[in-house]
Amino acid sequence: MERMPHWADVVLVPLLNLLIAFFLSGLVMWAIGENPFKAIQIMVSGALGSTYGWGYTLYYATNFMLTGLGFAVASHAGLFNIGGEGQATMGGLGVALMCLFIPWPNWWLAVIGASVGAAVLGAAWAAIPAWLQAKRGSHIVITTIMFNFIASALLNYLLVNVLRPEGAMDPSTASFPAATTLPSIHQMLGVFGIPFARHTPANVTLLLAVAACVLVWLLIWHTRLGYEIRAFGKSEPAASYAGIRPVRITMYAMLISGALGGLMAVNSTMGESGRLIMNASEGAGFIGIAVALMGRNHPFGVFLAALLFGFLYQGGGELALWANVPRELVIVIQALVILFTGALDNVVRMPLEKLFLRVQKGRA
Amino acid sequence: MDYATIIEILDSSVRLGTPLLLACLAGLFSERAGIFDIGLEGKMLAAAMMSGAVAYVTNDSWLGLLAGIGAAMLFSLIHGLASITFRGNQLISGVALNFLASGMTVLVAQSWFQQGGATPSLGPGGRFEPITLPYAKAIGAIPGIGPIYQNLISGHTILVYIAFLCVPATWWVLYRTRFGLRLRAVGENPAAVDVAGVSVIRLRYSAVLICGLLTGAAGAYLSTSLASGFGREMTAGRGYIALAALIFAKWRPWYALGSTMLFGFFAALSYRYQTLDIGPLHIPNQVMEALPYILTVIILAGFVGKAIPPRAGGEPYVKER
Repeated sequence: MERMPHWADVVLVPLLNLLIAFFLSGLVMWAIGENPFKAIQIMVSGALGSTYGWGYTLYYATNFMLTGLGFAVASHAGLFNIGGEGQATMGGLGVALMCLFIPWPNWWLAVIGASVGAAVLGAAWAAIPAWLQAKRGSHIVITTIMFNFIASALLNYLLVNVLRPEGAMDPSTASFPAATTLPSIHQMLGVFGIPFARHTPANVTLLLAVAACVLVWLLIWHTRLGYEIRAFGKSEPAASYAGIRPVRITMYAMLISGALGGLMAVNSTMGESGRLIMNASEGAGFIGIAVALMGRNHPFGVFLAALLFGFLYQGGGELALWANVPRELVIVIQALVILFTGALDNVVRMPLEKLFLRVQKGRA
Repeated sequence: MDYATIIEILDSSVRLGTPLLLACLAGLFSERAGIFDIGLEGKMLAAAMMSGAVAYVTNDSWLGLLAGIGAAMLFSLIHGLASITFRGNQLISGVALNFLASGMTVLVAQSWFQQGGATPSLGPGGRFEPITLPYAKAIGAIPGIGPIYQNLISGHTILVYIAFLCVPATWWVLYRTRFGLRLRAVGENPAAVDVAGVSVIRLRYSAVLICGLLTGAAGAYLSTSLASGFGREMTAGRGYIALAALIFAKWRPWYALGSTMLFGFFAALSYRYQTLDIGPLHIPNQVMEALPYILTVIILAGFVGKAIPPRAGGEPYVKER
């Protein structure tokens, strides 16, 4: 059977889906009495018009890259890991424990320790649903949703009753020691004499996230495990017939997925707030789903989609500041992107496939 | 803990369990027909906002209820369009609709009322008022069972009684009507239903719309009975608890009554006590909050009874050509 060309599948369809989502977002803006073109102008200048804006855009993008990669790895194995939020929450706990209880001499040892802590706790939080799916057949979507709530309750308990410093009112840990402060993009570029805005949260974790993109690409397409993950995701019976063990692949895919989700906390907890607070992941676990869907589960796609969502988040914040549009507009855009690139994908794909078939037939 | 306190906690369990019950039955219809719905939360939220807004403007709680149901059904239609007509991923559609509701409710409420994404407080006409059942005072004087009638059974809003009536109604529809038989069949083996000459698409759309109807009522209950007006994110995860309750109930109507009331009871306890002291045990209220989810995971793991979902759940039906 003839199919449409690869480039149409990978580039054209997502692009058209995205256009529909943005068009509808524009309609929403127009319906609540804002000028969509003016809004785009504010968003672009607020998020990309200055190094200050870029600092925030890149900070958000770092979060979304890591959670997006996490979702993508599980997706390759055919697993729908909706628990990125819980895994990031637990990752935050890992970062906090590492930073508070080990006297790190300098930041780069600290960031290694914190990353290990975040990845281990994130992976552990994904391991239980993975094991239940692999061994007991419990639906991983439901268990990971449940684990999001359990993580939030657990962290709430720990912050209120255990980790909160004496006399403090708000549920958060003590500030991390100064030695664990991560170098900001401002400091890093300053070494090369490139000016960058000082007070932005973008930090060295960005490089970690980009490295993670490359590593995930290597893993999925250039290792045996990656091959097994993809084979398992395409067809479980075929994979088992080829000698791939389902339990092993489910566990590995989810452990990697959870570790990536957990790593996101290095950026938000260590890089930005400098202490662990409630809801530190700010929904990044869920945005990871949108990012992975848009990026077609490819690390480079995830990288681009994360930048786009970073832009939307920072731009949306500016919009709330300058145009009296609630921040929730970004959530609407995000919802429409998920809806059209994920669930209503066929709205574009079906007619486009027909069109390509007709063109091909016309040529033959 | 004395008798009056127990009655009080049970009464508040019923209040908090009712939206869970409605949403759980909603999910039951949808999932029994083979359409997974993790968008219960979003539908409830959209319904809560619309019914809060319309009840405020018209000062009529019934119009509010209708508007809420309308909003939830609109969301259901999008879910149906994505998962039935365009054969998309039902989980992704559900996630998207939850976000859509979470963003749109605040945007719309802010644009209509400028109160930070909430709707204004409802007047007396806009709310559903508690109904005092006949002879509540007289029977209440009887020691023992009297307070149960006066304080637990009487004194709820009409939506609570409707929700409880929905349980036998759902049972009857599912197990005693032709529609129910077909609905259950389409969730297990849509091809067989198709071969029998019954439209899979129509059945699934009706299931999804019933789901909208019931989540609409659940959302309206939140903003016009439990509270008076809509506040941002007012569902606060209840849609997910309802989903948990549905699994806990193994997709059955009477069990759903039990599981939602149990989860309502946990919620009532965690509202009332910061820490619950049972003898030497000190249970922090976070445990109460997490308990529905933990129990559901245990049930799902199959250590205590096994929850088996409808077999064709989550998979779009492609008619063979």
